[in-house]
Amino acid sequence: MQTIASRNETTKENVREKVIGRKHFKVLPDQYGQHYDHKLLITIFVLCCFGLVMVYSSSAYVASASGKGEYYFLIREAVFMAIGIGGMLFISKLDYHWFVKITAPLYLLSIVLMVLTDFTPFGVEINGQKRWINLIPGVKSLPTYQPTEIVKIALILVFAYMINRCIKNIDRIPVMFTMILMLAPLAGLVVINNLSSGIIIAGIGCFMYFIASRRKKLYWVVLILAAAAVALIYFDPNILVSLHLVEDYQLSRIEVWKDPASDPLDKGFQVLQGLYAIGSGGLFGKGLGSSVQKLGFIPESHNDMIFSIICEELGIFGAVCVIGLFAYMIYRFVYIILRAPDLYGAMIVSGVMIHIALQVILNIAVVTNTIPNTGVTLPFISYGGTSVAILLAEMGMVLSVSNQIIYEK
Amino acid sequence: MKPEKSMFPVRLRILILAGAGFLLLAGVTGRMIWLMVWQSAYYEEEAADVQQRERAIKAARGEIYDRRGTLLAGNRTVCTVSVVHNQVEEPEQVIDRLTEILEIDRDTVRKKVEKYSSREIIASNVDKEKGDEIRALHLAGVKVDEDYKRYYPYGTLASKILGFTGGDNQGILGLEVQYDALLQGTNGVILTPTDASGTELVQEAEQRIEPVAGNNLYLTLDADIQSFAQQTAESLYEEKSALHVSIIVMNPQNGEIYAMADVPEYDLNDPFTLFHEDGSAYSEEELAALTEKERSDLRNRMWRNFCINDTYEPGSTFKIITMAAGLSEGVVTPESTFFCPGYKIVEDRRIRCHKSGGHGSETFVQGAMNSCNPVFMEVGLRMGPAVFMKYIEQFQILQKTGVDLPGEASTIMHELENIGEVELATMSFGQSFQLTPLRHLTTICSLINGGKTIIPHLGAYSESADGSSVEYFTWESQGQVLESDISETVRTILEAVVAEGSGNKAYIEGYRVGGKTATSEKLPRGNGKYISSFVGFAPADDPQIAVLVLVNEPQGVYYGGTVCAPAAAAVLENILPFLEERY
Repeated sequence: MQTIASRNETTKENVREKVIGRKHFKVLPDQYGQHYDHKLLITIFVLCCFGLVMVYSSSAYVASASGKGEYYFLIREAVFMAIGIGGMLFISKLDYHWFVKITAPLYLLSIVLMVLTDFTPFGVEINGQKRWINLIPGVKSLPTYQPTEIVKIALILVFAYMINRCIKNIDRIPVMFTMILMLAPLAGLVVINNLSSGIIIAGIGCFMYFIASRRKKLYWVVLILAAAAVALIYFDPNILVSLHLVEDYQLSRIEVWKDPASDPLDKGFQVLQGLYAIGSGGLFGKGLGSSVQKLGFIPESHNDMIFSIICEELGIFGAVCVIGLFAYMIYRFVYIILRAPDLYGAMIVSGVMIHIALQVILNIAVVTNTIPNTGVTLPFISYGGTSVAILLAEMGMVLSVSNQIIYEK
Repeated sequence: MKPEKSMFPVRLRILILAGAGFLLLAGVTGRMIWLMVWQSAYYEEEAADVQQRERAIKAARGEIYDRRGTLLAGNRTVCTVSVVHNQVEEPEQVIDRLTEILEIDRDTVRKKVEKYSSREIIASNVDKEKGDEIRALHLAGVKVDEDYKRYYPYGTLASKILGFTGGDNQGILGLEVQYDALLQGTNGVILTPTDASGTELVQEAEQRIEPVAGNNLYLTLDADIQSFAQQTAESLYEEKSALHVSIIVMNPQNGEIYAMADVPEYDLNDPFTLFHEDGSAYSEEELAALTEKERSDLRNRMWRNFCINDTYEPGSTFKIITMAAGLSEGVVTPESTFFCPGYKIVEDRRIRCHKSGGHGSETFVQGAMNSCNPVFMEVGLRMGPAVFMKYIEQFQILQKTGVDLPGEASTIMHELENIGEVELATMSFGQSFQLTPLRHLTTICSLINGGKTIIPHLGAYSESADGSSVEYFTWESQGQVLESDISETVRTILEAVVAEGSGNKAYIEGYRVGGKTATSEKLPRGNGKYISSFVGFAPADDPQIAVLVLVNEPQGVYYGGTVCAPAAAAVLENILPFLEERY
């Protein structure tokens, strides 16, 4: 097989890279050693364990009150995590260049799954949102699965491949256009049922392109337009309605964002209850397990709003530790990207980094009511079921890239 | 490891992007810290609001005592027994015990115990002994909460002035409402942590804010005098088949009210039950036959305190005012002589004296002793409307007394420009205008006490429940309305009225009593309905006790001197021997 790296090798006179393209490290000169980012691995483990503790803490009361038993969510999360970690370790030992092979099938699978979710009875509505897919339509007892996580992996792989392949012509209109064409169906299909995931998918695509591109003006223009849009939304959201950009019901979300107390029992309820939790945390919190807001005040507190329970139970100290862990994780990603053996690997890790960073930032921003409420989970910590397994698979891809870093002894 | 050329711009972009990511992360972290530090107090309070269920602990209402420390209004501890369904462990035993102790229907108890609700009240207003008995059983899930209920040890005693309280221990009438703010304590609260559905969290400690009991109120009222006045009034009420009888006893020097009876009184412990005139209670059917308004009208009539809520034509006792005004203005002296032919012609009207044959020639003092109308008409006419009205104003007759009871009525008086000679003549012996009995007595007190105004009052001081702080109420005199030597002359004349005149039935052996009788025909004239009254005071040279007895529509003999004077004498006789020892 001709690897992507070896394709690069023809354009660059780089001795090391020639060798990296093949997965036989034994042929390396003696002065090079193999890297496997154990620091990232440990960070992932720590986050997963912490996530399990918090899922249990935040779900036990409500789960046992609803008759599911207090360990219901903990056990499910632990099972999916175990599967995910197994998958992650397996993937991390693969040569990531092999991912090229599964990119196209994965992309097609994503589109099929999304079409099924959006337009067929395979899609399952949970909490009024049709985001899940069921293997046999109508059988409710089967585990449901949210396909947007697969879409994210597919997108990262497709873009990494495209960018690596077209890096020289990346700023030419046809290439740009092709990439937009690749991104649009995925983002579009996701946006239909889940605005926030759509934003994250579009964000991953745009930022990956930003990394590869040499254009500057384009980004300034986009940045200024985005700032203007945010300002517009904040100061005069009615314009958006008159331009038919948003519907009235979305507008009320913005009103609630500005003042959650204006609708404390309905739209502002979740955010307001989250703020109560955050505000009552203090420096060291009420102590692990002592949150009151998780006792049914915050709906599904083990999901999107789990960060507010962390704030309440562990205080500023605990919350800053969690944010610190994510910051360290992003630092590890940057470390791996800068030392990646080739552009393909770098782009894969970049995609994952953008994904994780976007979710962490958006989740904390939602929980602290910095942006209007939209459902974004906190990676590794929010209860996720199948999605956490897929997230761990993504981590496996990053570790796989890190596995091929060579460094001087 | 050296950077690869093609990777260079990518590296830069990665660093820019990661940098932006870190900045945003720092931004939301900052926002989070801002929420947790600077907004913490606000959200914590709001959170506590939704997370806790408040249960009020009622504060004990301040008690009311008379001037010698007799309890007039107190609190009885009653219990509310309730069950918390989730916490009941042995429902059968709970049902058995509760049925047995509370003596209520077994099925009712069973229904409530088995009902799935957070808290079900089994019985309220349960005696404290029974509550304690239930509590001592330590039945899981059974709660006994203590509550206070107002009770009045003497039932009808001073009912018109004490008033009563409503379901939330708030004052509704009388002193209970007048001093409500003072009597009401601050309720305490039990804060119980709950989950979102309102279920109490058993393992969480509840927070308790203790209630502060209300202040105790001490009155100028004397329960013994009140009791005697009330008995006297009741016997008059029955004897004369009167519409009602009022007796006010007060200190003319400082306005302290010792007693204010207004018979029929009602039972403060059961203030809503209506009674027929013969004393039988309204039956359920009779009550049901009445409209809501009729019921409330009947109750208001029952609760009404004639002494301050209603006005009447004072009649001859008002001659004391005319007397003081005439003497003060100098239009008459005690020695001035008058002639009474049995009537007096004023303008075109012939106004009769009560003695149709006339009193003949008499001095002013004799005129007062005879309660001779022509004498006082003459005195009034000598002053003229403007001067007479000046004195009426000066003696504060047009003002409210400022008594510490709610609902005091205003005096109904002619406008100065409408007072012709006829009006002036009738006014001078206490007709053609109306005032409250208390206003009338208060003015008379200020004319016999040396001429200084007084504010009649019942509240003496309040004391915090633990006795640590005492607040005295001040009821200072507003000033002088009559020179003291004229006041002395008035006293002398009124003493003569009792010693030898129309008020002789108020005479008490061994005491110097002053007073004046009155018999006024109710409007419309000629209907045979009278209000007879008597105002008396003693000792006449230094009045310490003033008393007003008023009988509304007495049957049979209706002369104030015959009907009321003996009652006033009885009240005075009962008080005077103990005057020094008590006050």
